Amino acid sequence: MLFFSFFKTLVDQEITVELKNDVEIKGTLKSIDQYLNLKLDNISANTTKYPHLIAVRNLFIRGSNIRYIHINPSLVDTNLLQDASRREAMASAGDKIGGK
Amino acid sequence: MSESNSTSSEPLDLIRLCLDEQVFVKLRGSREMVGKLHAYDMHCNMVLSDATETIFYTEQDSPEIKSRTKKSDMVFIRGDSVILVSDAANV
Repeated sequence: MLFFSFFKTLVDQEITVELKNDVEIKGTLKSIDQYLNLKLDNISANTTKYPHLIAVRNLFIRGSNIRYIHINPSLVDTNLLQDASRREAMASAGDKIGGK
Repeated sequence: MSESNSTSSEPLDLIRLCLDEQVFVKLRGSREMVGKLHAYDMHCNMVLSDATETIFYTEQDSPEIKSRTKKSDMVFIRGDSVILVSDAANV
């Protein structure tokens, strides 16, 4: 759930998504779910290479097709992320002991 | 295994010890990424900063392996592409 929460803090910010088929799409993150499916608005893609997307404004990306998401570093609190990672690691270790 | 035992040795604990350190990540599609690790989860989703991606490729009719690099200030990597994670000092 860590990255779900992380991306929720990035809603309405501009991100660049690189898909596993090498398509790169820049757009405003409109929403995100637990599978890291995305909804992007006002997109721009490399339309000389991929003219399919030339008329598209707004799209849904199934999370499984994502390779990378590039984020503006000024939007990220790295200390907060590291603390959250450690907390999540502790919590999942706790779940195993608890028999979940 | 007790909860207070922070040196417990699950595989993912190795990644936890790399938080805030330079890591080397080998990825599917002949790609490697080196950067500072800020977050990870049980799927090996990760966030790296000041990352350098190296993509290896060959050109037609040539056995020579070439590479090109790309830089990213802050990048999220989806875990299903990850093959291995290591302390960058080991590479």
